[in-house]
Amino acid sequence: MFEIFGVPSNALFGQLLIGLINGSFYALLSLGLAVIFGMLNIINFSHGAQYMLGAFVAYLLLQYSGLGYWPALIVAPILVGITGMIVERLMLRWLYKLDHLYGLLLTFGLALIFEGVTRNYFGSAGLPYTVPDSLQGGRNLGFMFLPNYRAWVIVASLTICFGTWFVIERTRLGAYLRAATENPTLVRAFGINVPRMITLTYGFGVALAAFAGVMAAPIYNVSPQMGSELIIVVFAVVVIGGMGSILGAIVTGFGLGVVEGLTKVFFPEASNTVIFVVMAIVLLVRPAGLFGRRA
Amino acid sequence: MRKTLGLAALTAALACSGANAQQVSVKIGVLSDMSSLYADIGGPGSVVAAKMAIADFTKANPNVKVELISGDHQNKPDVGSQLANQWYDVDKVDLIIDTPNSGVAFAVSQITATKNKVFVVSGAAASDLTGPKCNANTVHWTYDTWMLANGTGKALVKTGGDSWFFLTADYAFGHALERDTAAAVEKNGGKVLGKVRHPLNTNDFSSFLLQAQASKAKIIGLANAGGDTINAIKAGAEFGIVKGGQKFAGLLVFASDVAALGLPTAQGLTLTETWYWDMNDANRAWTKRWQQERAGKFPTMVQAGVYSGLTHYLKAVTALKSAADGKAVVAQMKTTPTDDPLFGKGTIRADGRKLHPAYLLEVKAPSESKYPGDFYNVKATIPADEAFRPLKEGSCPLVSG
Repeated sequence: MFEIFGVPSNALFGQLLIGLINGSFYALLSLGLAVIFGMLNIINFSHGAQYMLGAFVAYLLLQYSGLGYWPALIVAPILVGITGMIVERLMLRWLYKLDHLYGLLLTFGLALIFEGVTRNYFGSAGLPYTVPDSLQGGRNLGFMFLPNYRAWVIVASLTICFGTWFVIERTRLGAYLRAATENPTLVRAFGINVPRMITLTYGFGVALAAFAGVMAAPIYNVSPQMGSELIIVVFAVVVIGGMGSILGAIVTGFGLGVVEGLTKVFFPEASNTVIFVVMAIVLLVRPAGLFGRRA
Repeated sequence: MRKTLGLAALTAALACSGANAQQVSVKIGVLSDMSSLYADIGGPGSVVAAKMAIADFTKANPNVKVELISGDHQNKPDVGSQLANQWYDVDKVDLIIDTPNSGVAFAVSQITATKNKVFVVSGAAASDLTGPKCNANTVHWTYDTWMLANGTGKALVKTGGDSWFFLTADYAFGHALERDTAAAVEKNGGKVLGKVRHPLNTNDFSSFLLQAQASKAKIIGLANAGGDTINAIKAGAEFGIVKGGQKFAGLLVFASDVAALGLPTAQGLTLTETWYWDMNDANRAWTKRWQQERAGKFPTMVQAGVYSGLTHYLKAVTALKSAADGKAVVAQMKTTPTDDPLFGKGTIRADGRKLHPAYLLEVKAPSESKYPGDFYNVKATIPADEAFRPLKEGSCPLVSG
């Protein structure tokens, strides 16, 4: 096999595939964030904690009601989404007219509460959650061994991401949603229940985070701080993609996963920071982000 | 919490004042990782262990008044340093104990020497604490990277694991563990085929494991701890590392990690520790008391080390009748042999290294585990004089100087 910069090509392709898999998580999470920010103008700092709650609910469903991975993929996002909707109804509703900062502070506080309570009951070392039997094992692709579960992650993530993009950008419901964000008063005048739409949208964004959490449970450590480790990177992804852009979040998520994967091959110690370097560069060149529309 | 303890101790002291006992006052600070990847290894469990040590000691020595505070260093040397400085200068703390995370421990050790207080390290691992970075105010209690390297590393090389690839946490502890293990591997006839350094608190190890697989080394040495080790082993199960013929060497694995991984994933892992809750009746009895405040969890050797180290420190302070001179207290700790229900009899060397036996452990298969917490089979006992680095090889200025 040929070599690129001293790395054998099959190792490189393996890392690119891994990068795509990580990018799937970034894309799912940044999609939820972009939907919430684009539609509601709320900077949802509790997104990481909601991702973590998704994983914990999956664990609890397994422990206490025997519901395995596949039912949890549906039940956990619904449950966490409902808590999200409650939060929106009771707390976030009052902040829409205020500066973005208030939403950020509130959701940040909520994230700390979720994390602290979870750590209090479950400790910080984490909980075991195994890959479902139907997805165990993997196949040898020649240049690497690809676990079936990770292939499933890419497929599921792509499906959900583009499904969401399609609904928001190409269907009537999505059109109502986008209109309601731009001019809620006028849309209300047409008889559309805007507050309910906003609540459901926030719930959907939170459910996306929880879905990513359930998908992460078998392969990443289910611990209270799993969200806070990821959320900073996800925010960088959303900023690079452009804060309100759905497509930007998806494409940037996958793209940055690949960039991080490449960094892990050539300069692993920097793999934590490369995304922020990219963010700094992008913001200098295009302040609205790669796909951003706002000034 | 701290007020209640102080008031209780004060009341006890006052109650005995009729006996004309001389008051000895000490203030202890438990500096640990309370909220991140090492929080189950030390953390709140260490605070509970310290409280138990204080309760047991003041019961037998009512003229000693002990105050306890605790803090979270968040695995950041600057936060740990700032807390240590504040505790020593403003809060009049005499002893800092625990401190998992070698980077923080190095910083606190320096500060302790400058301010002439005492630092008993239970959580941190880097063997440099009793090597080039040793000082007269620091005691390294529970374990260190040299012991881990020569326990696990040597055992694995001797059973056929003669080629190694390291996954190293990119900070002081990972570097020290990798260095000591590589030395142990090479000394026993093995080879190191390569290494990759990952940032502390890494979620996803797939890239690094891919590189480890490509190296075709027989053993993948995990020179990391806590959440990092758990994530690496979990990813390894997924990527068929073991099926592909390679084995993991968990160079630093705690009972809390095994609980988090679950026995199906962790079974067969070989590791070295200096204390296991289920090894004898004294440990079991202590664990039961500890679990009253930490229900459902199992104590690690770090938390046991906090109990043991604090007990010995209090004995030294009581003998000297004052905690003011850190160097004098540590000298007293070194001349007095140690004896406590958890670690038994032992000694502290001139370089600050506490000596006790180490145990080579293997994680049980799920079928062998009879009750929660039944994690290990004890494969071998390494006597105290072999378990730790020989005094002459440490390059500690206190010894050669």
